[in-house]
Amino acid sequence: MEKLLTIKNLQIEGFSNEKWMPIVNGINLTLDRGEVLGLIGESGAGKSTIGLAAMGYTRQGCRIASGSIVFDGMELVGAPKELKRKIRGTRIAYVAQSAAASFNPAHRLIKQYAEAPIQHGLMSFAEAEKKAIDIYQRLLLPDPERIGYRYPHQVSGGQLQRAMVAMAMACQPDIIVFDEPTTALDVTTQIEVLAAIKHITEQFDMAAIYISHDLAVVAQLADRIMVLRYGNLVEEGDARELLDNPKEEYTRQLLSVRTFRKHSDQNDNDRNVILKVQNVSASYTGKEMVLEDINLKIRRGRTVALVGESGSGKSTLARVITGLLPPLQGKTIFDGKELPPALKSRDRESLRQMQMIYQMPDTAINPRHKVRKIIGRPLSFYFGMSGKEREDRIIDLLEKIELSEKYIDRYPAELSGGEKQRICIARALAANPNLIICDEVTSALDQLVAEEILKLLQRLQNDLGVSYLFITHDLATVKAISDEIVVMLQGKIVEQGEKQEILTPPHHEYTELLLSSVPEMDPDWLDNLLAERQAVQAT
Amino acid sequence: MAFFKLLRQSPLSARIGLAMILINIAAAIFVPVIAPYSETEIVGDIWLTASKDHLLGTDHLGRDMFTRLLYGARNTIAIAFITTLLSFLVGTICGFFAATLGGWTDLTLSRIIDILMAFPTLIFALMVLSVTGTSIIALIFVIALLDSTRVYRLSRAVAMDIEVMEFVEAAKLRGERIWWLMRHEILPNAMPPLVAEFGLRFCFIFLFIAALSFLGLGIQPPTADWGGMVRENAGAITFGIFTALWPAGAIAFLTVGVNLIVDWFLHIASGLKD
Repeated sequence: MEKLLTIKNLQIEGFSNEKWMPIVNGINLTLDRGEVLGLIGESGAGKSTIGLAAMGYTRQGCRIASGSIVFDGMELVGAPKELKRKIRGTRIAYVAQSAAASFNPAHRLIKQYAEAPIQHGLMSFAEAEKKAIDIYQRLLLPDPERIGYRYPHQVSGGQLQRAMVAMAMACQPDIIVFDEPTTALDVTTQIEVLAAIKHITEQFDMAAIYISHDLAVVAQLADRIMVLRYGNLVEEGDARELLDNPKEEYTRQLLSVRTFRKHSDQNDNDRNVILKVQNVSASYTGKEMVLEDINLKIRRGRTVALVGESGSGKSTLARVITGLLPPLQGKTIFDGKELPPALKSRDRESLRQMQMIYQMPDTAINPRHKVRKIIGRPLSFYFGMSGKEREDRIIDLLEKIELSEKYIDRYPAELSGGEKQRICIARALAANPNLIICDEVTSALDQLVAEEILKLLQRLQNDLGVSYLFITHDLATVKAISDEIVVMLQGKIVEQGEKQEILTPPHHEYTELLLSSVPEMDPDWLDNLLAERQAVQAT
Repeated sequence: MAFFKLLRQSPLSARIGLAMILINIAAAIFVPVIAPYSETEIVGDIWLTASKDHLLGTDHLGRDMFTRLLYGARNTIAIAFITTLLSFLVGTICGFFAATLGGWTDLTLSRIIDILMAFPTLIFALMVLSVTGTSIIALIFVIALLDSTRVYRLSRAVAMDIEVMEFVEAAKLRGERIWWLMRHEILPNAMPPLVAEFGLRFCFIFLFIAALSFLGLGIQPPTADWGGMVRENAGAITFGIFTALWPAGAIAFLTVGVNLIVDWFLHIASGLKD
């Protein structure tokens, strides 16, 4: 039987620096009806570009240089616009990464659902409405009868992502391209979406291309996996086979990331406390509490991981500690002294001792400053360094973060994401702090890069004895780097203690939920987990 | 060097605009060398047509039009440039202050600006200038103040976008004072839109001075300026003598040139690729 989609020797180029540079180098790909193909790779691997090319589409500034894309007997490369327009949305659909950014906030969900079928003249609004409710039901959305009549901001992130999957299903396409549909979601919400996608692809026997950087996620859905890097195919194979027996070194690296562990000594409990947060409650409006009665201790040279879903108040706690948001009550005690609640009234010395590293290195460093100024400013600001002394210290710091001294004259735009994050670390280190608050520092980075950053942070802690408050929703990171874990839910701490203690059962109910939601490399993991949870519910 | 690299990638329209501005600036600088006569010298009969001695003819007092046009470039451009600079200085500093400090500072400054903007600019300028007298210093200060309200609005909006970025927060957490935040964190990032706006405001101020001169409240005779020259010679149009069109054309020439450059800057600043 003929394949549904056949891509042969596809070359895609992107325009940058006045030249056409290859993004995808001669990829071959086939997809049968009812088959789910996983595309895996770091950012820049060309996954999304290939996903879009399957619809005969390229992003602005890209072009298909050569090769052929045959969908159900139709050649899409060089096909007339009208043909491609007819196919898109009806026979091939696309689900983007960020549902929140892809929905029109001014229209109700069901209206946006009905847009494609009505535009393509397939059904009337009333028919589409009926169909939508059916699909919402199959996607396990709560209250399927009515949820469609809400606006995008009235449903949660996971529900919105499923509503977008429903939109893609509206015309019953042959292929859906999922482009990292769960990357922006918390682990607990990710499960809902994964379950819904798995459920519906099986029910309709649809073919799908599932793009992700997370091998464990793809393992749950895909029948076949292609590992990509720099626009080249690294390895391709049956999902189970590939996971059990990866042939290429790169695939093995991807598989091993999550098994990186920190070996911390347990017997240093008597070391003195650097930061103590006492009975802190905070609110943005003065009415609704974002933080309630938070108590927290960080010891010298230790790492405390602060875990919770988005909206649990993790980042707000960081804002209270740094003084950006003065708390309604409670105090912050740093190195034995109580800190003034507001940033303005804190002295330079206490500011110096507490530094922060942000989630997005792109926005955390000024794009118009050179590395010299970014790292050098804390040096002259806190220590009054200048000239040769400052220059030497900057080079010294660059060495610490494993970058050569030629980086000193670069602008942030000339650095990769990982390098930018290293610069942020160097800027924090320049102040000689005792505590560094790391706010989701690895979540914007690719797995392998993130691992390097974590190793660097770990090494710096061993060398310099700095403490970390590590804010994250990624439990793999927590396992890797923390000494102690604090679990937050809706502004309250639900569990806290030594890592071993928290990670060994019995858990608090919510910790259990978080822990069990982290995808594992086992392809049967999702099915087993869902069955398990159903069994628990049934009893 | 970065500028030359940018210039090499510039579109044709921007290059034409640049050439037009350079011609004007060259004229303004080298007037004493190029000009055949002195600024206020009466050299012949009134409203002579173009000839070898008087390339563009003479004006209503019999002064050489070409010479006056060159001196006009010098006076008008210099005054407009200084005024624009001043209005940007006041406008951006106030705008950045309002955006960075927020709260009451922002509220107070913004309402004062609102009041200033509520008056029609021309009427307000006419009123103030008739009180203060029409010295060039007064002219510069009045126009700069009126125009800084527009600059304030833009720079405040731009700075507010930048102010919420994490690198500004990082600088605040470091304990930086407001001057550093404004000068080193916000200004470099606000530059592209501000530079584009500078060109645009320069045009408006230039036209505004020309308009005031035309009404007799701008640059006073016998100092040559383009707006005043249009007014002085406008009467001749009824006799079919088009001398007034020369300074009018010069105003159009410079304005078009600056706008071509501004378009290009706006294009770069907005990040559009094509």
